[in-house]
This record gives sequence, C-alpha cells and structure tokens, in this order.
Amino acid sequence: MRTLYQFHGGIHPPGNKTQSTQCPIARAPLPSRLVIPFRQHAGESAKPLVRVGDQVLKGQLIGMPDGFVSSAVHASTSGTITAIDMQPIAHPSGMPDLCATLIPDGKEEWVPHAAVDYLNSDPAELRQYLRMSGVVGLGGAVFPCDLKLRPLRNHPNRNICTLILNGAECEPYITCDDMLMRERAAEIVQGAEMLRFMLEAKEVLIGIEDNKPEAIAAMRQAVTGSGLPFEVVVVPTLYPSGSAKQLIRILTGLEVPSGKLPPDIGVQCFNVATACSVYRALAHGEPLLSRIVTITGNMRLAQNLEVLLGTPLQELIALGEALPDTNRYIIGGPMMGMELASTDVPLAKAGNCIIAASDKLFPPAPPALPCIRCTRCAQACPADLQPMDLYWFAQSREFGKAQAISLFDCIECGTCSYVCPSHIPLVQYFQFAKSEIRAREQEKQAADHARERHEFREYRFEREKQEKAEKLAAKEQAVRQAQAAANPGAAAVQPEIQAAIDRAKEQAAGVEPKNTGNPTPQQQSEIAGIEAQRQHVRKLAKSSVEHTNGHDEN
Amino acid sequence: MGAIFSPFISKPDTVSRIMFKVLLALVPGIALYVWYYGPAILVSLTLASLTALGTEALMLKLRNRPIAPFLKDNSALVTGWLLALSIPSLAPWWLIVVGTAFSIAIVKHLYGGLGNNPFSPAMAGFAVLIISFPVQMTQWISPHGLGAVELGFLEQLEYIFLGVLPPNVSLDAITMATPLDTLKTRLHLEEPIRQIFAMPIYGRLAGQGSEMVSLGFVLGGFYLLATRVITWHIPAVFLGTLFAVAGIFHLADPSHYAAPLFHWFSGAALLGAFFILTDPVTSPTTYKGKLIYAAGAGLLTYLIRVFGNFPDGVAFATLLMNLCVPLIVLHTQPRVFGKKGERP
Repeated sequence: MRTLYQFHGGIHPPGNKTQSTQCPIARAPLPSRLVIPFRQHAGESAKPLVRVGDQVLKGQLIGMPDGFVSSAVHASTSGTITAIDMQPIAHPSGMPDLCATLIPDGKEEWVPHAAVDYLNSDPAELRQYLRMSGVVGLGGAVFPCDLKLRPLRNHPNRNICTLILNGAECEPYITCDDMLMRERAAEIVQGAEMLRFMLEAKEVLIGIEDNKPEAIAAMRQAVTGSGLPFEVVVVPTLYPSGSAKQLIRILTGLEVPSGKLPPDIGVQCFNVATACSVYRALAHGEPLLSRIVTITGNMRLAQNLEVLLGTPLQELIALGEALPDTNRYIIGGPMMGMELASTDVPLAKAGNCIIAASDKLFPPAPPALPCIRCTRCAQACPADLQPMDLYWFAQSREFGKAQAISLFDCIECGTCSYVCPSHIPLVQYFQFAKSEIRAREQEKQAADHARERHEFREYRFEREKQEKAEKLAAKEQAVRQAQAAANPGAAAVQPEIQAAIDRAKEQAAGVEPKNTGNPTPQQQSEIAGIEAQRQHVRKLAKSSVEHTNGHDEN
Repeated sequence: MGAIFSPFISKPDTVSRIMFKVLLALVPGIALYVWYYGPAILVSLTLASLTALGTEALMLKLRNRPIAPFLKDNSALVTGWLLALSIPSLAPWWLIVVGTAFSIAIVKHLYGGLGNNPFSPAMAGFAVLIISFPVQMTQWISPHGLGAVELGFLEQLEYIFLGVLPPNVSLDAITMATPLDTLKTRLHLEEPIRQIFAMPIYGRLAGQGSEMVSLGFVLGGFYLLATRVITWHIPAVFLGTLFAVAGIFHLADPSHYAAPLFHWFSGAALLGAFFILTDPVTSPTTYKGKLIYAAGAGLLTYLIRVFGNFPDGVAFATLLMNLCVPLIVLHTQPRVFGKKGERP
C-alpha cells in the first residue's frame, strides 16, 4: 500500500456525478455546421492553411502551429470551408477569435493516416508529431502536450522520474474522465506507456478519486492486462485533488516549488484523456478531432458524448433536453467554470462539461457581508494562503502587499469563495488583483522601455555633440599647429589680422539695403508694376468710399 | 440571476447562522444562571438585546448602510448577551443599556462596523462600566440558598427598573461579593486560603452556583467546537496557560494561591475561553497567532486576578491581547504551498 500525503485544506462539495454516468458514452450526431477556432490551446493561434471554398478531408491539417507555444488544428470531418473569420468563442473575455466554418459533406472521409512506430522513433520527432496532431492537455489548461514531454532525465532531479496520470476529476458534475476510464482504459494505459517512453520515466502512477470505483476497477484491469508496472492509486475524494500540484503532493509528498513546474522536481502530470489522445495519435495516426463532453445539470438526459471539435454548443445542449426553468449554461464545472454569454459558440479542446443551470440548482448567493475574519477560507485553502488578508489588500487596491503574501500562488480553485459565510466573491477579487498587477507590470515595462530609449537618445546626442566638439578642437589644433609651422612667431600673424579687419570694414561700408539701389531693369519693371497695382487699388478704395457716402446722402 | 462567476455553488453557511449558533451555545449557561440566581438575568439579556439592535440600526442609518441585512446577522445580539452575562444582573436597568450602546456605537461602528473592530465590543463595554460605575458593578446577586433574603421576579423587576427594594431589605441582604472578589479581600486580610474556601459561598471547585454556570458555558463551548464555529486553539491554550500559571503558584504556596481549577471555574474564564477570546474579528487569523494570543490572555488574566486591582482579569486581558493581534498575525504567517523554507 502506497503512503499517501495530504495537502492543506480542501472541501467536499456535493459530487452530483451519478446523473451523467447512467449510460455509456454516445457519439453526438454530425452537426450541420462546424466552427473550428484556430486557437484551442494555450499559446499562439494556429495559422490558417485553407481558404474559403476549399474541400477538406477529416483529419486534414487546417491550422499550422505558429510559435513555440502553439498547436495544430484539424478539420474534424470532411466537407467544405465556407468562411474564415472572427466568430464568438467560449472565452471569459467574450472576444471573438479566428475560426474556420466547415459544412460537413456527411461522408466522414479521412485523410490518409497511419500508425507511428514510436519505439523506433526519435523522441524529438515524436514530439513534433504530437504537435502536428494537435494533442494538448485535456484537463483544462490545453497546454501543448509536446512541450511537456522533454525527458525528465534532463532535469536536475534525476532520482525521481515519475509520470502521473491525473484521473482525479475532483470538480462536481464532471464525469468525462470517469466515463473515459471506464470505457477506454486500455487505450489510456497504452497512451501512458507512450508518454512514459518519451519522458523516460521510472514509475507511472495513475491517481483516481475514490468516488469512481468503476473507473478504478477498469483501469486496474487494463494495467494488469497490459503487463505494465503501472500503479493505480486511489486517492480520497477532496476538492481540489485534481489540481496538478495538489495531486503530485498527494501521490509523492513533493511540493512543486512556487513559480516552478513539475519537471523541476522530476515529475510530470498528464490528464487521462490526454494519454488517450496520445494513443490515438501514435497508434492510429489520428489527430485530436473530438473529445468527451459531459452534459449535465438541469437536463433530462444528462450524459457523456463524444463530440467533434467545432460543434456548436447549442446542438449539444439540445441533445440533453434542458428542463424548462433552465436560465443559463455553464461551461466547465461549478467550482471553476464560466457562465456562457451565448450558446452559439463552438466546442473547443478545453470544453469538458456543459451544465444547464437554474436558480433552483445554483441558488443566487445572498449579498456579500463584510469579512469577519473567521478564517474558514484559510482553513480550506489548498495553497496555504490567507485569503482574508489577500481580500483585504485586493479590495483596498494594495496590490504590492497582496503580491507579497503570495497572491500569485493562488490557483483560483474557488474553495475560499465556496466556504465564505459572508459570501464574498473572493476569487474574483484575486483575479482582479492579478490582472491589475499584470497590467501595471506591462505598463511599467513599456514605460521602462520608453525611458531607456529616451535616455539612449539623449546619450547619443550628447555623444555626437562631444564627438563633434572633439573633432573641431582637433581640427583647430591641427590648423594652429600648421600655422605655427608656417609662420613661426606672433609678429608674423599680426599684419594678417590687420588685413582681415580692414577687409571687413570695407565690406561693411559697401553694404546697402537690398533692392533699393541700382535695381536691375527687370527689378525696375517689377517695382513699376507693383506701384501701378497699388495705385489702382487706392483709386478703387477711394471711389468705393465716395460711392458709399453718396448713397447714404440720398 | 445567480453568480455570474464561479464558483456557482457555496456552502450553506452564513454569518447570521454562525452568530446564531453562538447564541444557542450560550443557552445552557443562561439556563443554569436562571436556576441558581433567578430570572433577573433574563431581564438584562432582554435589555441588552433591545439596546444592541436599536443602537445597531441607528448607527447603520447614520453610516448610510443597509439596515436589514446587518440586523439579521445576529452579531449585535452576541455582543449584548456577552456583556449582559459579564455584569451583575441585579444592577439598575441603565447600566446594561449604557454598556451595550457604548459597545455597539463606539467600539463596533466607529471602527467600521461588522468585521472591522479591533477590540472586543463586549469587553470594551465591560471595561467602561467597571471604571465608570464600580459600585453598580459589584451588585452580584447571591446564588440560590445563600442570600439572607431572596427576591421574587416582580421584586427583582421593581429594583432593576425603579430602584425600589421591598421594605426592610437592604441591598447587602440580596447581593454579595463574587468568589474571586472575596478571595482577594480575605487574602489581603491575611486569612489562610483553606479557611476562606470553607465559607458557604464556595462550592466544589469555585463559587456556589457560578461554577455550575461556568460548566454550562463549557457545554456550549463543546457545541461550538463540534459545529466548527470555533477551533480548539484559543480555548485549549488559554485554559492551559491559566492552569499552568495558577498551578505553579499554587504548588509553590498553596496557602496563598488558589488551585488551577478554581481559576478555571471562577469569573469569566470559561465564558472568555469559548465565547469572548474566540471572537474571529478581534483574534488572530493564523493558527500560530491564536496560540500566542491565547497564551498571552491566559497569563494576563492570572496576573490581573492575583496581582492587579480588579477581581477578574478576562476583560482587560482580552483587550490587551486585542491590541497585539496585528503584530501577532504579521509574525505568524504560515508557509505557502511550494515555499518550503521561505519566510513569508
């Protein structure tokens, strides 16, 4: 029996998982239209490779990874690209993003694809292959998978080389990983072996919360069946044990240092669904085209569906038959999810769950009261923070102090807000403080940059002036030296100076106002012309005055 | 519309419910109080409640704050009840009214209202009363069976509101000094402690009646611990320190220093341990801070009781430790996840 460790705090929100685990994963019907965002991953948007009117095949690359942190995007089915434009997506900012609209032809015709002999491949090539297959972390962060696969032996802590598969799925309502483990355990285990191979990890631990006995049994059976020395570790149900840092702590007793990543302590962590898509990519050559989505909450047919990426969420919701008092939809779980501004947005790789919500299911929080420093938040915080102090500094906009007490170690799990008896939306305060600090940091960087440029410009001017002065001085020196060489003695210089003074005097005497004396014939005719004009104008003015006066007299 | 931001679910816990549990936890102690001292305490509790709610509403109005949600939070009632339980119940009606009004208006609202007061409102109110009205603050009713005369409820009411006693009954006949006070005065007169404790006002552990009321507060305290309204840190360390210090003095000189259990069950020690020092607003937020705070309060309570001018020390110990809270919290910040060995 493996020794399990604990992280501080945590909560036991009602699970609400059974309603969506009653039937097996169903395949969602082919939608009438797919809207495929070019950014479905953390990092840079993929660069479109197709044009409007192009016929594409299922699995065809339509978005090229662009930048270090980026991933590929593929056509989820065969059909025609009818638009490439900005479309609303499920993002908290509410900003639209570049998407390709694909009208399926219904044939589901695949591009040629084949398995990869990964055991005889160069790890770098495999990583590139996964990048081009669009495999990203499906636990929620959608971080490109290939970037997490550099061998652990290159990291300073060589003794520990542990690959952790995250099947904790601690958020209430969400069951997509649970169902995946129940139904595709063998694929997950094979995927884990591929990940282990690339990482050169020494041990593989699969962490699953004890509220998923079917998944635990299925995974144990798959591990036994595969003959691989992996260990399925049952962890106590406690939110947020599915957070990577907390799960690593539970399974290994190690804490990922603040500001560092798991590989820094020789551990790497992948979601079980990510392992499954790695398997599909390497064993079948299939890029990531679909994912399992839980549709649940205020629905008659809560279930898990395998859904093509780009499927409009409203078509998914229709399959669940939301109850009449449903008044909003949440994407993600009730602890960290986000309310959808519109359901006319596509499913992207991060979309693990859609919850139909009503005021009965999620009663509105009463108005917030002042903090009474009861420290329930601190007792529950899995990052050992003091949320009541962070709140104090955030609401008084003392961001520096908030940062000093580790604001950026907050994982925004929502535990503090959940337990707060004053119903203060603590997480929102922390997100606000973080965004303010980031904005200030950017402003400061921009200002520093501008100041540096300005200072360099000033320095350059000063330097040029100095250089000029030095050159001039050197020249004068040279001239003086030359003169001194030519006319040795001060007496010899004297007559020359006198001559110069005389010349200047002559010139001054000869200077007359320009164009007044001795004008050229042309100038004279010009002057005459101008004079004539003036004369004419004077006459006109005079007559006008007379006329006016006369008129007045009449 | 519900919350637009996550989390969309929350624990069904409210400030109002927490404060209500505190009130509920006081009920066993109050019941025993009535049993041993008669129903006068119910009059002071009622006066305290009405004054607390009235002052709270008035201050909220003056401060332009919404009145209903704050009146419903029950925090003013807790302040009023704790003060009523800390002062003599047979005192004139205006004593509890002035004390409660001061607690709510000055100590709570002038510092920013709920959650912002650095001092325990009930204890600051107590301090004001004991300094301003020392005579009225000594009118402790004699427990059942000990007084020369016992007043009926109507007679108690008549005294509280009109200041009229039945004919031929003096105030001394119905009140007496508290066990702590008696001990102090008699020790001053160099009476041996054994002889003092042989007096009829002393019971098994401390004062007749008052020790049972304290036991009622322990019962309520366990309820607060069980329902996680409070944590063990402050009561355990406060009582532990008080016991240890009293124990050391008692062992060194048992004829001059009372036993530790006497200190536990006398005065406001148990009320303070479970209900006053555990006030979240005025106590440290960190676990380590709670330990230091409670230890300091335990030591000060003993020192004030035994070497100070006042018979009990809980109120002043609480206020003095309230003063130290920001400093204590600053220096007891816990280690953040992933920051091993780093001082926060």
